[in-house]
Amino acid sequence: MTPEQRSDSAALLRGVVPPGSGYRDPDALRRRRKARERFVGAVLSGFSAISILTTVGIVLVLVIEAASFFTHVSVIDFLFGTKWMPLFRPQSFGVLPLLMGSLLVAAGAAVVALPIGLASAIYLSEYAHPRVRAVVKPALEVLAGVPTVVYGYFALTFVTPLLRQIWPETDIFNGASAAIVMGIMIIPLVSSLSEDAMSAVPRSLREGAYALGATRFEVATRTVVPAALSGIVASFILAISRAIGETMIVTIAAGATPSMSLNPLKAVQTMTAYIAQTSMGEAAHGSIEYQTIFAVGMTLFAVTLLMNVISIQVLKRYREVYE
Amino acid sequence: MSAQATARHPSAQRDPSRFEPRISRRHHVGSIAMVLFLAATLVGLVFLVILLVDIWHDGAHRLTADFLRNPPSRLTSRAGIWPALVGSVWVLVLTAVVAFPLGVGTAIWLEEYAPNNRLTGIIEANIANLAGVPSIVYGILGLAVFVRALAMGRSVIAGALTLALLILPVVIIASQEAIRAVPNSMRLGSYALGATRWETIRHHVLPHAMPGILTGTILALSRAVGEAAPLLLVGAVGFVQFAPRGLQDAFTVIPIQIFNWTSRPQAEFQELAAAGSIVLLVLLLAMNAVAILLRNRYAKRR
Repeated sequence: MTPEQRSDSAALLRGVVPPGSGYRDPDALRRRRKARERFVGAVLSGFSAISILTTVGIVLVLVIEAASFFTHVSVIDFLFGTKWMPLFRPQSFGVLPLLMGSLLVAAGAAVVALPIGLASAIYLSEYAHPRVRAVVKPALEVLAGVPTVVYGYFALTFVTPLLRQIWPETDIFNGASAAIVMGIMIIPLVSSLSEDAMSAVPRSLREGAYALGATRFEVATRTVVPAALSGIVASFILAISRAIGETMIVTIAAGATPSMSLNPLKAVQTMTAYIAQTSMGEAAHGSIEYQTIFAVGMTLFAVTLLMNVISIQVLKRYREVYE
Repeated sequence: MSAQATARHPSAQRDPSRFEPRISRRHHVGSIAMVLFLAATLVGLVFLVILLVDIWHDGAHRLTADFLRNPPSRLTSRAGIWPALVGSVWVLVLTAVVAFPLGVGTAIWLEEYAPNNRLTGIIEANIANLAGVPSIVYGILGLAVFVRALAMGRSVIAGALTLALLILPVVIIASQEAIRAVPNSMRLGSYALGATRWETIRHHVLPHAMPGILTGTILALSRAVGEAAPLLLVGAVGFVQFAPRGLQDAFTVIPIQIFNWTSRPQAEFQELAAAGSIVLLVLLLAMNAVAILLRNRYAKRR
């Protein structure tokens, strides 16, 4: 049928078929369905653009406000200065103390989380009965779901007093208690991702190792862990990046004293805690204090982005693919 | 030659070319290691139990009907969490309303519509990276875009939009996984009967993927409900006496209220913080229970 004939038959039917009989013109239907398809596709691709806009928005906001900050402070002074004193005169805007604070707490968290997380992953993947794993794995993941303010409260009111009993010179606000609690918080990140990587190692590799006379421990540490190494390393990097970006635990428990000291029992201020604490005070819009939020935020964003990209690259490039 | 020689002379034990099984010693090392692995696994669980017991011990006696009904107060005996509780529910609902359609829509587009080209690859990599951006950076974005540029002020809607952007990548990734798990035969069957792409998605793919999508979304929302850092920047600070009644109202949420209480030195306020933590944990537990129930219900209907 040519289109003309089709619409002829539709016109013919229009007079014959009584309205309300349920008959609908197939051409009109087809057109409507096509239009709806195009509409839905357009809307959905529009939704997908939001995620790109979010990234563009973050970068633009950070760069624009930080740019006006850097008209007052030179980039060199910011990146390499060892004094962060935005509130007192003479002001000083060296970001290194905040960066050191973030790295110190994240390193402490890594010392707690990486060995415990990896050992848990080995246990869950290589030793635990499937029924035990089915209970323990989600229970561990609850640790990642506890709100960070609750961890902060716990660090301040439980862990810090404990530390002060052991080392009486510990400050009320200190890096160690924040680091310990943060380390516990990121255990499931390490253990879950590492366990996934180890579970993906094929059974044949394990059986080959057993056939050569290896013990269970040797199979786990010399066959499975090396085979899953890319996933394990990626989980480590991701966990440290999470620790650097964590805000509430350090804001509550680590203090507000920027310092270059490496003593974990002293108060430290991290980049995130500085941003949070400054935003609560009334930093006037457009003032240099307000702009520091964006300059420090840009530093934080750059550090965590770099680590996340490295983690994804490690996964991609060094993954051993087993079929 | 030398291996044969050592085999004949048991005194030459130190020959490195000779394999010595020492099996009992290796098993010994193995069992010590197993105990250590088990202990490491228990560390996390024990810590979780201590945390919960400690918070219950500190805060349970503050949990009264008045605590749930009252606004915060300088008098710790009369202080309550009502405005923060209502604020959290507002933020939860608004965040869900924004993030759910955007997240699921993006996931559908990426899985069912997007051409397999570089742009799609960039969008996916971008989403993976967004999931790793610290939450406080989203707060900075919310402060600059919603609070200032769009002049929403320190309002519920500015907070909810910020949190929606924060959880969007998580919702997208969870939805993508759920959609990917729908067997292709369902799509082909639907197309064979003459359905269009959208009809196939609406009537077959989405209903099948819905349990996974809902579970992922609720887990993402429970992250939003526990977040405090980005909302500090968007302005949910301080001492809000009244529950919000509209999108433009000032607000606070439970985590911010807890933070507010922890930052006071007096022990009574710390107890209030613990009591607030219990309320927050119960809310999160309820949300997770809903996620599991929804998943089971959908799974049965399938």
